[in-house]
Amino acid sequence: MSTELVIALALITPLIGSIGIFLCANIPNLRETITLLSAGVLFTFICFLLHQISNGQNASFRLFEVIPNLMIAFNIEPLGMLFATIASGLWIINSLYSIGYMRGNQEEHQTRFYICFAIAISSSMGIAFAGNMFTLFIFYEILTLSTYPLVTHKGTPEAKAGGRRYLGLLIGTSIGFQLIAIIWTWFLTGTLDFTPGGILSGKIEPTILPFLLALYMFGIGKAALMPFHSWLPAAMVAPTPVSALLHAVAVVKAGVFTVLKVVVYIFGIEFLSSTGASTWLIWAASFTLLASSLIALSKDNLKARLAYSTVSQLSYIVLAAALATKLSILGAGLHIATHALGKITLFMCAGAIYVATHKTEISDMDGLGRIMPFTFIAFAIAAFSIIGLPPFAGIWSKWYMALGAANLGLYLIIAVYMVSSLLNVGYLLPVVARAFFKPLPQQLQASGSKSLREAPLLCVIPLCITALGCLVLFFFAGEVIDLLRPIVN
Amino acid sequence: MTNWLHHIPILIVAVPLISAPICVLFTFGANRKAAWLWTLLVSWFAFLCAIYLLNHVLENGEISYHLGSWKPPLGIEYRIDLINAFVLLIVSGISAVAIPFGRLVVDREIEPDRQILFYTSYLLCLTGLLGVTITGDAFNIFVFLEISSLSSYVLIAMGVRSDRRALTAAYNYLILGTVGATFFVIGLGFLYMVTGTLNIMDLSDRLMQLADNKAVHAGYAFIIIGLALKMALFPMHVWLPNSYTYAPSLISIFLAATATKVSIYVLLRFLFTVFGFSFDFIPLTLTFIFLPLAIIAIFFGSIGAIFQTNIKRLFAYSSVAQIGYIVIGIALSNTIGLAAAVLHIFNHALIKGAIFMAAGCLVYRVGKLTTDSIRGLGKEMPWTFSALVLAGLSLIGIPTTVGFISKWYLLLGIMENGWWPLIPLIVIGSLLAVVYIWKIIEVAYFFPAPPDRAPVSEVPIELLIPLWILIGCNFYFGIQADITIGIAKEAATILLDNRP
Repeated sequence: MSTELVIALALITPLIGSIGIFLCANIPNLRETITLLSAGVLFTFICFLLHQISNGQNASFRLFEVIPNLMIAFNIEPLGMLFATIASGLWIINSLYSIGYMRGNQEEHQTRFYICFAIAISSSMGIAFAGNMFTLFIFYEILTLSTYPLVTHKGTPEAKAGGRRYLGLLIGTSIGFQLIAIIWTWFLTGTLDFTPGGILSGKIEPTILPFLLALYMFGIGKAALMPFHSWLPAAMVAPTPVSALLHAVAVVKAGVFTVLKVVVYIFGIEFLSSTGASTWLIWAASFTLLASSLIALSKDNLKARLAYSTVSQLSYIVLAAALATKLSILGAGLHIATHALGKITLFMCAGAIYVATHKTEISDMDGLGRIMPFTFIAFAIAAFSIIGLPPFAGIWSKWYMALGAANLGLYLIIAVYMVSSLLNVGYLLPVVARAFFKPLPQQLQASGSKSLREAPLLCVIPLCITALGCLVLFFFAGEVIDLLRPIVN
Repeated sequence: MTNWLHHIPILIVAVPLISAPICVLFTFGANRKAAWLWTLLVSWFAFLCAIYLLNHVLENGEISYHLGSWKPPLGIEYRIDLINAFVLLIVSGISAVAIPFGRLVVDREIEPDRQILFYTSYLLCLTGLLGVTITGDAFNIFVFLEISSLSSYVLIAMGVRSDRRALTAAYNYLILGTVGATFFVIGLGFLYMVTGTLNIMDLSDRLMQLADNKAVHAGYAFIIIGLALKMALFPMHVWLPNSYTYAPSLISIFLAATATKVSIYVLLRFLFTVFGFSFDFIPLTLTFIFLPLAIIAIFFGSIGAIFQTNIKRLFAYSSVAQIGYIVIGIALSNTIGLAAAVLHIFNHALIKGAIFMAAGCLVYRVGKLTTDSIRGLGKEMPWTFSALVLAGLSLIGIPTTVGFISKWYLLLGIMENGWWPLIPLIVIGSLLAVVYIWKIIEVAYFFPAPPDRAPVSEVPIELLIPLWILIGCNFYFGIQADITIGIAKEAATILLDNRP
């Protein structure tokens, strides 16, 4: 099988899956089988591509010439491969979890849910394999549109308001800033291809480079740089599997992935660091990083706290991209993986708690750890990983990003990373501590702990797998770094 | 055979013209269906002719056809280059998909005894628009412009089910349209007085030496104002919203997609071919009159659209805004900007054609078009509303649609001129479009249906097919835009050729 064909298959497998889901709308078991099957098939394709790229093979193909010299084109490169692997791999686990969650909660419109989910995954693949900025932008927009029905799934006024903010901010920033940046780039260079070393070098006055960078960075609303971050907390009205896969992995990672793509392949690391155009971004990202951590501390709703934590973690990556050193870029790539595993676990735990007890506020979770030990242990592991404690994966990405800052002699930035890690401790560990060390409230004890138990097996198994993943990735982080190394050389 | 094809330039106008009185004859048998079929055949014939002409021009360069073999500048010349061949294709193409859509909606909206006269007027309107586009004679332009305008006054006045508001709308349009036509013809009179010719190429040659002539300046001003009225450039747009709102659906589709576009084409001809850059007031009017008016049009139209409760009127206001985009492209007067303008003439015809068709489907099923009356209809009429949403995305300029291609080139053109402050204005304009499209989506999909409304079913497939053909075009030419861009760029080069 040729590599090009596999790329195409990876793009359309979820779409075929969504058609199958539509056709089997009335047979829930078959419908869910199709979701799992397409997730499995997709992951197989991605593994094949991963194998190809680690053998040093490259492949690209073009669909149409939209306007002269501008194609819808796809290729495989390490960064995209990493993103595709994470998104497709976690889709399998998250699908299992979705089945448990959606059935456990007796949600309505499940067919629409699975269809939109599959389309969102397909557009994530499109983003991962996009061969130029234009193709990436198209799939970026499709991802926004296809996740909108998922955000407003509940149909309540609150969900609609959240959905409106979600769509308004993401579409607004992408059309208002990102598209302008893309057209400007096209105007300056006559190409939008992702080229190693960047395409802008020598084509633009260094004095206006920061403006172009700003258009890109604020235009990529999915990276949630303040002040365009509020769509992410608003999107938390969605069912938890959506928050888990899309708003901890696919959508937000598509955002920071785009940031890395732009920095590495449009601007070029050397060009960016030699002009100093990204200095402002270092401070903007640092501000977002600390500010959102502080906001997270103040949130009692677990999903809201996790959402602000995500905003903060995304800024780690933007910050690393702004530093524009080889080590920080590698760390940023790795952080896409480590944070994905950690955050999806945390969200799945939040969902499992909701399914089992219908509790959403952290202050109501006293003593639940003894009733739901697996869920809370997984939560603790993921929290340790995100904080950056060994032996969990999160430490490596922070390590590389901090090394990148040290290389530049920016000790203040290292301090930012460290302070933020302390804040992570501050907002994540109290959840675990309350659950394990505080007694159950009286009325719950009275009603008997029989009515309270772990969430359904299909909810608990996936989150244990991803928690285990945080541990395993600690030992295999080197492989990921090896995969990514070609992009900085 | 070749002999016959040689006469296509006149046939594309003459056949609809002659077929109009023939259509009247169907009143004797009161055969409404035959009248419709007749109009359909004529439209398709015109479409085939337009395809042939465009192909011919693409392969062999421009065509000059002499009516009655009288040589220009004495005789009337039909002159077809890439620009008007393209506009001919747009006009006849929209007609060719609108008429199949028209049978059911006309049956529903027009009283039976008036239908045959309706089709007759329609054929005259088509004749007029095709004639304006194809002719190379300035006075001929006036004549055909009046044929199309007079017939469209009649068509608008018929209204949906004899809606009396259509009468005032048509009357308004009649007065303003006539003022516009008068200005235009007075301007032509000035030019004729000075140059003694009406042939466009000849005029262009002779005006070259008359750059300082006051009569030429006056003529220019009259012509420009007359055309600005006909193309509904802010603040001369006041006739447009009501006309589009109360006209029968078929007429809204046809006029919204083509009528103002043809006037814009005439403006392009006069600005760049007849006068050209030997007149230093052309860049001045473009920068200091057209550009500000176009910007105001975008904001006035878009904000106006947000506050409308009638869907057809909402999109009529959006048309005012879209004309603003086209005029900005013209005002840029560089190759890419002009190409964007020509491109958007085509693309906007596809978008607005589709949108007004969807509105026609709503009239067919629901009757009223207020935002209240479409509450919750998204589930009951899924094909109509998904088409409306897709056309709306195209209007906003989401990638893979034609609207996106237009915006892309418009912004490139602006960057080429270095008019950076315009960029945020265009962007805000697009975001305003998001707001008014979103308003419709929200009402149709997220509001519950009023409990007292009887269930509404989807429109017949006969209406859906033309609608979805246009939606398909919106996406096809959004993904494979190199054909239209090639033509538009070539057209822009031809227009700017006159630059000294």
